[in-house]
Amino acid sequence: MAAAPAIVFRDVNKWFGKLHVLRDINLAIGAGEVVVVCGPSGSGKSTLIRCVNGLERVQGGDIAVLGASVTARGVNLPALRTRVGMVFQSFNLFPHMTALQNIMLAPKKVRRLSHAEAEKAARALLARVGLVEKADNYPANLSGGQQQRVAIARALAMQPKIMLFDEPTSALDPEMINEVLDVMTTLAREGMTMMCVTHEMGFARRVAHRVVFMDEGQVIEEATPQAFFAAPKSERGKQFLSKILTH
Amino acid sequence: MSYTFKWSVLWTGESGRWLLQGLLTTLELSALAWLLAVALGIVAGALRTVRFAPLRWAATSYVEFFRNVPLLVWMFFWYFGVPPLLPRAVQDWLFNHGAEFWAGMLALGVYHGARISEVIRSGIQSIPRTQFEASVAMGLTTFQAYRLIILPVALRLIVPPATNESLNLLKNSSVALTISVAELTFQTRQIETYTAKAIEALTAGTVIYLVLCLSIAMIMARVERRYAIPGLIARVGPAA
Repeated sequence: MAAAPAIVFRDVNKWFGKLHVLRDINLAIGAGEVVVVCGPSGSGKSTLIRCVNGLERVQGGDIAVLGASVTARGVNLPALRTRVGMVFQSFNLFPHMTALQNIMLAPKKVRRLSHAEAEKAARALLARVGLVEKADNYPANLSGGQQQRVAIARALAMQPKIMLFDEPTSALDPEMINEVLDVMTTLAREGMTMMCVTHEMGFARRVAHRVVFMDEGQVIEEATPQAFFAAPKSERGKQFLSKILTH
Repeated sequence: MSYTFKWSVLWTGESGRWLLQGLLTTLELSALAWLLAVALGIVAGALRTVRFAPLRWAATSYVEFFRNVPLLVWMFFWYFGVPPLLPRAVQDWLFNHGAEFWAGMLALGVYHGARISEVIRSGIQSIPRTQFEASVAMGLTTFQAYRLIILPVALRLIVPPATNESLNLLKNSSVALTISVAELTFQTRQIETYTAKAIEALTAGTVIYLVLCLSIAMIMARVERRYAIPGLIARVGPAA
């Protein structure tokens, strides 16, 4: 685990109206670190990850990503977001574009690559996620697992330093979960800094350097997966694990 | 019944030329107004969905102001109301260069733009918000997200109601006869006046409008099929 922090949350607070969704979050994620954020529904974990690339604004504290503030006034969010890839629960491929076009879009429009360069890179990424032969398929003609792998390739096309995963397997049929987790595992092994909101505790155990457990907008505990799964320190952590690991 | 049909009035004398000129004027008026309406509709429809409130208010004001006053009143407004506010020289120039045509074009375009913007807004709002988030999350600006993702998808979804609005615009171009634009309906009435053959003249106009509108409907149906998004409920022909 490298020392230089890639993401730093300092005293972060956020409200949705009167609902206090993030409470005094202090958290640092190192470069090359893989952190799994887990917790019960409504604990604020998705909101937390969405603050990293400014999809949600915070009302208190600050967040720095790769040394630059996300929360200060007048931040150039598009520039920051080119360095932070995001994968969503609902895939969010663009339905009017083929898999290849989905991947080529941002490199062409944001990084200003030529069509040929962007296509070459996109095909290489499709190969990496095992979908070369699906380049010309539209999202509607791909399975959920395939769509999510294309979505990961699309995020990687911007050559991000950090990848955010917001419940990437929650919308998938069980038999498709592993194909997505395999891609994520490879990515982690290659040294990508990753922040993953997921219920895949097997993935957390095998791949994560650290597990962050949240409840009611707070970070309740942080530990190595070994420590957390063997013996959570908090009562709420114990309850959470007993609920999700029994089935 | 003592009425004697005399269809030859449609091609004897000046009639044929009048009908052709009327047809061309209707086409020109409608095409320019349509371009204006679509441009205004896209801008206003998109602005009504953005986060920045002053832009939303501006677009909402435009829509509510222009769609809630009769088209006929707008025709009079642009033709009789606006020119006197302009400098004398500009007025003279306008009235020497078909002021009634430009007033009619503006009235049609601005009025239908307000209506089309609502169609476009409903298309945009049928797209999940996460599509926008996915667009900006990879570094696109809000403008790029609308231009490359949101609007291209929304425009594909709204072809049927946009066809409706386009046909309405074409038919409403006949209102411009009230400010003496020599479009198709104006010309059929001229034929009627000169020949006293109302049924023949109106039939000619009716058939021409019908053919124009059916042609547009057919073209739009092709556009709809050509740009259909794979995976949505097939609307025309077999599933993609």
